[in-house]
Amino acid sequence: MAMSATEIEAMIKEAIPDAEVQISDLRGDGDHYAALVRAAAFKGISRVKQHQMVYDALQGRMGNELHALALQTAVPEDA
Amino acid sequence: MTDNPASKRIQDEIDTNDVVLFMKGNPVFPQCGFSAAVVQVLSEIGTKFKGIDVLEDPGLRDGIKVFSNWPTIPQLYVKGEFVGGCDIVREMYETGELQQLITEKGVATQSA
Repeated sequence: MAMSATEIEAMIKEAIPDAEVQISDLRGDGDHYAALVRAAAFKGISRVKQHQMVYDALQGRMGNELHALALQTAVPEDA
Repeated sequence: MTDNPASKRIQDEIDTNDVVLFMKGNPVFPQCGFSAAVVQVLSEIGTKFKGIDVLEDPGLRDGIKVFSNWPTIPQLYVKGEFVGGCDIVREMYETGELQQLITEKGVATQSA
């Protein structure tokens, strides 16, 4: 079962409220996405922890319903 | 973690090998594009690494996800420390951080 981009974005924003999320459906099949998540909450923490925060937001769907989500995280420049 | 039977094996592997890649398939025949991408990065850096095929052991395949608190494979460890999965490894390679990390940790590389 695939997930919609809207659903992914909503779950990330629920867990990380200040996140700015950009999602692209890489193949148009609802199964291979790339996401850029920018949030002040990432400031000062390692990339691994930033990605773990996003995976936690997805509550176990990553690696299951959500087959492929290429993830990039960043801190806003003004944060 | 007593509920994770694979954790002892994982700990032994990352303690005894400087660079360990938990992957699908082996370095010569990766069975997944994401694993292949990390193998390629490590080859370009010229660092020796041990590839461990999680497809050969379902307990390890699930165990490594719990061990690292990371939902996907591949997973790269350098000197016992979890570095990341495919996206992070590629990003760090592009910025030069991965080469720096490997050098700083005292792991030998052979630059082409």
